[in-house]
Amino acid sequence: MNPAALKDLAALALFAVAVAALPLFVSSGFLLNIVIMTLYAALLGQAWNILGGFGGQFSFGHAVFFGTGAYAAAVLQVKFGWNAWAALPAAIALGAAVAALVGTLSFRYGLRGSYFALVTLAFAEVFRILANTVEFTGAGVGLMIPLKESAANFQFASPAGFLYVILAMTLAACLITLWLKNSRFGAWLQAARDSEESAAALGVNVFRVKLVAIMISGALTAAGGVFYVQYFHYIDPHIAYGLGISTEALLAPIVGGIGTLFGPLLGAFALHLFGELTRNLMGDSPGISLMVYGLILVLMVSFMPRGIMGIFSRGPHA
Amino acid sequence: MLELSILFPSILNGLTTGAVYALIALGLTLIYGVLHIINFAHGALLMLALYGVYFLHQSLGIDPYASLPVMVPAMFLLGYGLQRFVINRASHGKEENILLVTLGLAIIMENLALYLWRSDTRTIETAYTFSTIDIFGAMISVPKVAAFAGALAVCALLLLLLARTDLGRAIRAIAKERQGAKLVGIDVEHVFAMSFGIGLACLGAAACFLLPAYYVNPLVGNGFILIAFTIVVLGGMGSFVGALAGGLIIGVVESVGGLWLGESLGQIGIFLIFILVLLFRPQGLFGVKA
Repeated sequence: MNPAALKDLAALALFAVAVAALPLFVSSGFLLNIVIMTLYAALLGQAWNILGGFGGQFSFGHAVFFGTGAYAAAVLQVKFGWNAWAALPAAIALGAAVAALVGTLSFRYGLRGSYFALVTLAFAEVFRILANTVEFTGAGVGLMIPLKESAANFQFASPAGFLYVILAMTLAACLITLWLKNSRFGAWLQAARDSEESAAALGVNVFRVKLVAIMISGALTAAGGVFYVQYFHYIDPHIAYGLGISTEALLAPIVGGIGTLFGPLLGAFALHLFGELTRNLMGDSPGISLMVYGLILVLMVSFMPRGIMGIFSRGPHA
Repeated sequence: MLELSILFPSILNGLTTGAVYALIALGLTLIYGVLHIINFAHGALLMLALYGVYFLHQSLGIDPYASLPVMVPAMFLLGYGLQRFVINRASHGKEENILLVTLGLAIIMENLALYLWRSDTRTIETAYTFSTIDIFGAMISVPKVAAFAGALAVCALLLLLLARTDLGRAIRAIAKERQGAKLVGIDVEHVFAMSFGIGLACLGAAACFLLPAYYVNPLVGNGFILIAFTIVVLGGMGSFVGALAGGLIIGVVESVGGLWLGESLGQIGIFLIFILVLLFRPQGLFGVKA
């Protein structure tokens, strides 16, 4: 392993230990909840970053993977009586399968840029309407997970349990990203991002590389969906497949710095800090916090297109 | 099989809705054709225009159709300013950045509306809200017929503007060959902003025709944005005739699809068309292959 990768790994380990030690010192459920939601945003952000940042494919419909994971977990538990932990891998696999479907169709026909963004958005919308209509997702009413608090049931009595789960998920996403940064596969993916034609000319199977990237991204996003359901005990079509999740997924990497390992973590942290600040300053009126997020998105793209990580790196391109 | 007596009014209804869709899509396709950007804020901007018409009616008692001379220039100015001072500066010459900025603008506008006017769905009532016209035995509401005629009239005006005026020629020149247009002395930045302005002016007009038969709430634009994208893609990105035809087709598909599958599932037909066209004929029905 090269020294830069070792440094990244050490930083991740330090971060993991620091977060894992938090419940020993902090007992406030409110504070732990903020940390949990920040990690959750970082997980969705890192998943998006794998496809958007390293693969250069900007998805505007990541909710299609999130919602699939969330609904898979909810339906398997409510309708089929599965244990939540057993539903987790099934939901992740389903997320990857939906990603394979979207990816195969989009990449086979060479959709890029705006077209890819639009087609992902349309897929999310189709799934939203389906979930809103068919019977087994509970249609517009949504699905409620019965409350049975126990660790064996993926429903922890204390926030610390959830903290460890989301930390593990986020770390897994970061480790995959670290592997992308340093592996041959990651180099192929980044080559395909920078120029599909050159990459193909050098013998990279561009279609396959992008397909694997979207499947990893979809699987991780589906894991985020499962976590959401277990944490909030509820899912409906608008939450699962709405534009809100799709936006949240791309916001953290944009703010932190896309195509970087720590960008989504930094971005999620900055966004939540800012979100809490505005909530304290301006009250919890409907719309305010999202409005601030939109403002941050516009300002970041206008003035800091390389995100917070852009401050640390030199040179014209990250 | 459905009876003709049900199918015929449904098709007429679809055509009237489709004309307004076409008007919205025409603005979107103009912006795409010239600037090569996908304006994600299009739906949110339509929502703002609808609120504009609503408040002109509620506070000043101005009839929705009479607010055309106010809304069209107001939306034009908003569009000119947005492109010149916000979107243009944020783009850094990258398509992805424009997508993100217009998405950010949409989020800001929707949530500002939510904050200012709450999530209540509002409608206006006019003397003609519930009156209908008999067209070959089909009862179609008057506001819908007015919307159909108005939308077609605005589309015709726009096509005339593009075909006959110097501005129209400059817009088409830039759409075809940006560098060349710059070389012959066309102020590209200005024409960009003009195109964006005209695109939004279409929304201003669409809002005036839409509100008497429709409603407004902060998220109303979301329902239109994917439909407008579908029309633009179906007709061919940047094709004006395509937007017009696409709008009418989508209006009828939605209306007739709703008959078979019900209101909610009927919309799926639209998105399936969208995905299929994107995959198999991304240049659209009237577009030329890039």
